[in-house]
Amino acid sequence: MSTSRGAHAVDPALIELADKIVAQAQAGEQVEAYVSRGQETSVRVYEGEVEQFTSAQSEGIGIRVIRNGRTGFAYAGTLDPASVDEVLSEARDNVEFGTPDEWAALATPDGVPVQPIDLWNEALAAYGTQSKISLAQQLERLTLAADSRIRVEEANYADGSGEVAVASTTGIRTSGRENGCYVSIGTLADDGPETHTGFGFAVGRNPEGLDLETAAFEAAQRATRMLGSTKPKSRRLTVVLDPFVTAQFLGVISSTLNGEAVIKGRSLFANRLGETVANPFVTLVDDPTNPLAYSATDVDGEGLAARRNVLIEGGVLKQFVHSSYSGRRAGTASTGNAVRGGFKGTPGCGCLALQLQPGLRSQADIVSGLSDAVLIQSVMGLHSGVNAVSGDFSTGASGVMIRNGALAEPVKEFTIASTLQRMLLDVAEVGGDVDWLPMGAAGLTLVVDDVTMSGE
Amino acid sequence: MSSSLIDHDVLERVLSSALRSGGEFAEVYAEDKRSTSAGLDDGKIEQVTSGRDRGAGIRVVKGDTTGFAHTADLSEAGLRAAADAAGAAASQGGGGTRTVALTRQADHRVGAVTHYPDTITKAAKVDILRRVDEAARASGSAIVQVSAGYGDSRKQVLIANSEGVLAEDEQVRTLLRISAVANGDAGMQTGFDSLGHTIGFELFDRYDVEEVAQRAARQALTKLKARPAPSGSMPVVIKAGSGGVLFHEACGHGLEADLVGKGSSVYKGRVGERVAADFITLIDDGTMPDEWGAIGFDDEGHVSQRNVLIENGILTDYMWDYLRARKEGRPQSGNGRRQSYMHLPMVRMTNTFVTNGTDDPDDIVRSTEKGVYVAKLGGGSVNTASGDFVFGMNEAYLIENGEITEPLRAGNLIGNGPKVLQDIDMLGNDFEMGNPGTCGKDGQGVPVGDGQPTLRVKSLTIGGTAS
Repeated sequence: MSTSRGAHAVDPALIELADKIVAQAQAGEQVEAYVSRGQETSVRVYEGEVEQFTSAQSEGIGIRVIRNGRTGFAYAGTLDPASVDEVLSEARDNVEFGTPDEWAALATPDGVPVQPIDLWNEALAAYGTQSKISLAQQLERLTLAADSRIRVEEANYADGSGEVAVASTTGIRTSGRENGCYVSIGTLADDGPETHTGFGFAVGRNPEGLDLETAAFEAAQRATRMLGSTKPKSRRLTVVLDPFVTAQFLGVISSTLNGEAVIKGRSLFANRLGETVANPFVTLVDDPTNPLAYSATDVDGEGLAARRNVLIEGGVLKQFVHSSYSGRRAGTASTGNAVRGGFKGTPGCGCLALQLQPGLRSQADIVSGLSDAVLIQSVMGLHSGVNAVSGDFSTGASGVMIRNGALAEPVKEFTIASTLQRMLLDVAEVGGDVDWLPMGAAGLTLVVDDVTMSGE
Repeated sequence: MSSSLIDHDVLERVLSSALRSGGEFAEVYAEDKRSTSAGLDDGKIEQVTSGRDRGAGIRVVKGDTTGFAHTADLSEAGLRAAADAAGAAASQGGGGTRTVALTRQADHRVGAVTHYPDTITKAAKVDILRRVDEAARASGSAIVQVSAGYGDSRKQVLIANSEGVLAEDEQVRTLLRISAVANGDAGMQTGFDSLGHTIGFELFDRYDVEEVAQRAARQALTKLKARPAPSGSMPVVIKAGSGGVLFHEACGHGLEADLVGKGSSVYKGRVGERVAADFITLIDDGTMPDEWGAIGFDDEGHVSQRNVLIENGILTDYMWDYLRARKEGRPQSGNGRRQSYMHLPMVRMTNTFVTNGTDDPDDIVRSTEKGVYVAKLGGGSVNTASGDFVFGMNEAYLIENGEITEPLRAGNLIGNGPKVLQDIDMLGNDFEMGNPGTCGKDGQGVPVGDGQPTLRVKSLTIGGTAS
């Protein structure tokens, strides 16, 4: 399979290098080369002045060798020829120390056609330094103007571009390039001895299209909304997750739907295919071919075509996501869900771009129908209080109480807790307000019943 | 120390070149890091990985603006290109000529490495993982899955700046982590433990890897019988060496001068004030030999040191890097750190700990009628501006009538830093350092250590589900 991602080809030198490595494969060896190069710019503005300006270039190569079911890997953060030779020989040497695994192999083209997505924006590539600085300055001004109680901690502009070539002895040959940019801002609102924080951002491929006004408004609102907040009493109630929080929650759910976790006995949904695991109006799809998704891609981390997979449909568990390894071992096939963090690692398995099938109502309409609930604006400590193996879910939170259909007093320094299994079954409504956040899952408002709030 | 990453005279020329566009301060940070990692999962050594990261980051400061560029090309031409980019980034014009004369700093090493990772065979490294797997599985038939990771790194660092500083350092770290899954009637539970020090392969002569594996396995097995954690506020006793992350989150981050300088710390303007009971003394110490956060120099070439942050309950000082110290016209404290040559330094902790109190740890439990005993904390995070922080309980038990009773399922604890610090009402005499940690700030991770004696917090909110 040979694909060229997007309308713009990558530097042929990268493809040649990947081909050259693969051509050095010895009899009985599978070899894969992943070659990448990238550039990034970041600007941080504080009180109208540039506080930091970073301009950076990076490149690297990762080589994977498999022989007799044993895998070895090595990488280097440079493409100079001597280092590349050393990487290949180190990867070969590392093969000796792996345990033979009958399922270990590189991906083989599976005939699923790649649907091209244009991930490159020429306007961004040509965007000038001063314009980048101005965007951050403009965002800072807009945010300060949005609310007089606001201080700005920092305003950022950042962009990046990258090109990648992957080739293997099993017939994978793919390359592509993409770029993107964002602005973000951190805000502070003083409240006696305490200070509340907020943030706002806008993401896209075209810097001219970034919505600074919304970023400024949300950054100001998130901080000022918490003024006067207190610690609530402990009790059970309905929670309304803000789109940004829902996206994080879906990120946790995704690890339970991971085919590799299933075969290794680490998924609480193993052996539950075909069963009801969620409320009937929960339909969860992983679709990296949707160009609206921040993590949209046309190929996965092994170079197979990315594709749309329905994981939960009408509350019923339909399938897990697989890389070629987990698919082979589970007796099925790759679902195009190999994930890879760059040249420093080998592909794993995971969801690429999750989305809950949206409902119909806006957050305001949803809130107006609730008599006693809490809107969760932000969570803290998902990495420490959530266990995707046992299903225990506990996270720090802050937000606003909902009483008789209206937002009431702000609350902070509490936790919300349940289990992942129960939360999926306790979903009471899925909002219609899809927000394509810069995360692996799209956000929308999500209502979950019967969650324990711990405070005083 | 092996030969320098970059020649002395090249450094001087690159720094002068970096200042051409009018910068007041220029710095070259170069590193060459070789690492090996190996992963075991599902009874198999999945893969051995060799890595090489080598490059330089160049920083130029003019007024309040920092320009930064990095490159993987350590030739004079590559460094000069990065220096020009950083200089241009820091400045829109101006210019001048300044020459730089470097003075090499005396070597400063904390601890000594006896078994460098590159002298150890890969076979010996993966053998550690096999031992871990076997020991964890032998801990009980309910252990159904084990994964473990081995990692070592040897990093050579060179820092030179236009104030004449030239410092070279070498950091060797070795780490082992293990995670076990146990399966029982009420579902699966996990256990986790780790071992890591700023030393070489001698780590495994000094510590018993089987014991680390058994601790992780026992944690998973114990939790099979666990009941949901309570919901609400109550006293919490934290075992020695398992909860230094409490101080890291509850006040450490808030004492970083960059956050204080922007008014995003609850500890702003509070030096000299009482912030904790008089038996609380908090130290950040980069010089503790072998500890995970040990450094010879910080990543700005400043020699590492021991800093007293809270003394007998009084806030004595913040932690400082070059920029923040320069702004205040005061000395740095050896806390300027960065993840790699691709990152700008900022104020970071090293090894952060609370010194011993006088209470007998058993008395602390005995004098607690009802509460939670945390034997192992997990990760945490803090909002430094509000002071609210959380941390996870990896292993916890109920305390009933002064005795440790039933195990609890996982959950987060939440509190407010300044308040929790005031609420520590008992402090043990059994100080221990804890597990190796990675502290994340602004997208950068650096190795840190923490420690504390057994202690009691009068009231913390437990984020469980049981009423």
